[in-house]
Amino acid sequence: MTVKLKINGTEHVLDVEDDAPLLWVIRDEVGLTGTKFGCGIAQCGACTVHVDGNAQRSCVTTVGSVAGKEIMTIEGLSANGLTPVQQAWIDHQVPQCGYCQSGMIMAVSALLKTNPKPTDEQLAESITNICRCGTYPRIREAVRALGEKV
Amino acid sequence: MATTRRMILLGGLGTAGALVVGYALWPSHRLEKADALAAKPGEKFINNWLKIASDDTVTVVVPHCDMGTGIYTALPQMAAEELDADWSKVKVEAAPPDTIFANGPLGEGFILSTQGMTANDIPAFLRGTVANTFRSVAGYMDLQVTGGSSAVRATGVYGMRIAGAAAREMLVKAAAARWNVSPSECTTKANKVLHAASGRSLGYGALVEDAAGYSPSANPPLKPKDKYTLVGKSIPRVDIPKKVNGTTNYGLDVVQPGMLYAAIRISPVFGGKLKSVDSKTAETMRGVKKVVSLDDSVVVVADRFWRAYNAVEALDPVWDNAGNGKVTSAEIAARHNAALKGDDLKKDITTGNGADALAGGRLVEATYSVPYLSHAPMEPMNCTALWKADGTLEVWSGTQDGLGARAFCAKVSGLSMDKVTYHLLPMGGGFGRRLPGYFNFLEQAVRTAQAMPGTPVKLIYTRDQDMQHDYYRPNVTSHLKGALGADGMPVAWVNDYTTDDGANSEAHIVYGIGNQAVRTAKVPTHVPTGPWRSVEASWHGFFIESFVDEMAHAAKKDPLDYRRAMLGAKPRHKAALELAALKAGWGTPLPAGSGRGIAMFESFGTIVAHVVQVTVGQGGALTIDRVVSAVDAGMAVNPDGFKAQIEGAIIYSLSAAKNGEITIDKGAVVQSNFPDYEVVRLADTPQIEVHLISSDAPLGGAGEPGVPPLAPAIANAIYAVTGTRIRELPLKNHTLTLAAR
Ligand code: FES
Repeated sequence: MTVKLKINGTEHVLDVEDDAPLLWVIRDEVGLTGTKFGCGIAQCGACTVHVDGNAQRSCVTTVGSVAGKEIMTIEGLSANGLTPVQQAWIDHQVPQCGYCQSGMIMAVSALLKTNPKPTDEQLAESITNICRCGTYPRIREAVRALGEKV
Repeated sequence: MATTRRMILLGGLGTAGALVVGYALWPSHRLEKADALAAKPGEKFINNWLKIASDDTVTVVVPHCDMGTGIYTALPQMAAEELDADWSKVKVEAAPPDTIFANGPLGEGFILSTQGMTANDIPAFLRGTVANTFRSVAGYMDLQVTGGSSAVRATGVYGMRIAGAAAREMLVKAAAARWNVSPSECTTKANKVLHAASGRSLGYGALVEDAAGYSPSANPPLKPKDKYTLVGKSIPRVDIPKKVNGTTNYGLDVVQPGMLYAAIRISPVFGGKLKSVDSKTAETMRGVKKVVSLDDSVVVVADRFWRAYNAVEALDPVWDNAGNGKVTSAEIAARHNAALKGDDLKKDITTGNGADALAGGRLVEATYSVPYLSHAPMEPMNCTALWKADGTLEVWSGTQDGLGARAFCAKVSGLSMDKVTYHLLPMGGGFGRRLPGYFNFLEQAVRTAQAMPGTPVKLIYTRDQDMQHDYYRPNVTSHLKGALGADGMPVAWVNDYTTDDGANSEAHIVYGIGNQAVRTAKVPTHVPTGPWRSVEASWHGFFIESFVDEMAHAAKKDPLDYRRAMLGAKPRHKAALELAALKAGWGTPLPAGSGRGIAMFESFGTIVAHVVQVTVGQGGALTIDRVVSAVDAGMAVNPDGFKAQIEGAIIYSLSAAKNGEITIDKGAVVQSNFPDYEVVRLADTPQIEVHLISSDAPLGGAGEPGVPPLAPAIANAIYAVTGTRIRELPLKNHTLTLAAR
């Protein structure tokens, strides 16, 4: 049972079940812990990663379904310093506990690639991640500010 | 209250004051222990919580844990302010969970001195520490607790400021002695002591060795507010950069060599025990190392978490329900109503003629209730534990009290404190769930590790386990009565409410009503309860502020004017209401289907008034459009951070008001994850405006006070639009229709 995963540009050959959840393989096998576990059923988005550039909830993604695809985690996103989204998160002092923010930033980054200037409604429709600390007002502000720079 | 706090700062008058100040400063022999525990090469502790390095850098050691409330910035701001430190030369660290960094005595002194309580009267956010008797092992001294919105109010006001000021005084003495001048000729600025007359200066780093030899004074001079350069400024939070690139290591992220993972299933019925479990099939599954039977649960240990989870789900454990297997929410509600109708009510307070005064006016009467709520922090409960060959225990977890957690682990493992090492990690949310007294996940992890000696085991609750084995915000019912006089103002106020504990001081109203009776009906259940963001204020705020609104409408008066008329003796409360109303445009016209509601509540020393604007659509769909908040916490140490806490409290409270409901069926929790315990997301987020009021009042808490007035402000707004009075939360259980106007 060997699965080949390409994570943040690095190929990993892993001895795991085909149906193992991508989230736990990223965390426990590959050792990248920036991607978080929140609900296990694709409700909260704490586990969001990019698969071929699109935001995907890794807790319900089997590794078999993404073998050979380009997977990017928060570590990969941050590989060359802060992205404009991350900088906006600092400028607007978005995180509180911070636990949801890896997933939030991954989800927002994917959205802004296709729609760099979303309306509040488009943002809310696309970003359904949960933040129990309630940082949504600042997320909205940060994304508005990013849109204004476009 | 205010007097006591000022007295303490002025020099330890009174016993509580002496305790606080006395604790705030260690004698110098304790510094060596601190140095050994937490100083790096080149650093030296000058007193509690302050280290100075040879390059003049000041490190503030924070005796609290980070759960996202910004105290790793606010507390150092307070110490650095008094120390005249340059913020760019200030570093921040977490205190190790050791008794010498405990904030328990500080918190205790703070609580006792401000609430006029005795040592037996433990406030709600700490109640679990007492209920769970680890106090007898570790002692109340062993608290390093972060809760009760107390970090800035207790550690900040009584600890950090004193520590900063005393350190400054010691550094000045050391410099003056070197120069052979009077300390009064010296000043301090940007991590240096200056002697203007001779133009000499010395950095703090060059002075720390000498300075540490002076004994700290208990009442060092404190800066007047108008000289502040750091406190009151929105300094960017120090913890944020690591929270945008995934490098903050939470409890969930602990990695130890050879570590295994554990998944758990706890008896669904509270109080239930594991009778038996057939572990054979699970043991043959890939990666499974062991099936561990605990008293109330079964745990599978495997090489990977998902394998442990799959195996634990494949088990078919048999539980003994301890006689609780038939309890339902409806049955608990019936018990509440029976208790409130019975004659077993216990007096809490009576003023004037109490309930007898109800005969003196027009009766208004209503029964309110709120459901059980789960905390549901983003990071599910987890804990990593290792039983070592030398008979010691090492534990890693994020809790709201590192020292309390260490004491708890010592108790459940039967080891002495010195044999337990506890690593306190940042938390993906706390909200009260991770306070001492509610450490079921620590106990299960320690016991699992006990069965796997020599191997670190990380136990992780799935969301289902987290939601079904919480310590819930209690389900509470309140029966309110008011009597309105000829002018429509209340002449009597009677509140009978259920409690699973004692009386709640949060039930005492701020409004001037001459005759009051507040009584409690004790309704114990088998459902474990605990502090949930704003604790008792979370229900009393809803009951009181909704019922005051009912009285105003019964009197045909404007709800804002009605409240103002009863706040003659409370100018700060009145000012908060007026500011929120002004900023929200109270009284100005709104489109059809929209309306405003107002509510105000003081908790944790902070007054918060919310005006909520809602829209009810033709089909009854409810939108919360806007929340305007006015907040008087005396002064905000970090205004932007403070606002973030109010915003977060609004969202947390909105989730509960709209959808939050834990129900019980067959003795167990029905809900299990976010689809049936829905929470607010971006799409439901209203526009939020927070206005801070500066006053001379003592500093109030930040994390919790935004919660209580939100639900009643929403319910009051719904009434304004629909004429329907919401007396039971959550809102999702009500069908709204637009009033025919
Ligand atoms: S910042 Fe804590 S859950 Fe989002």
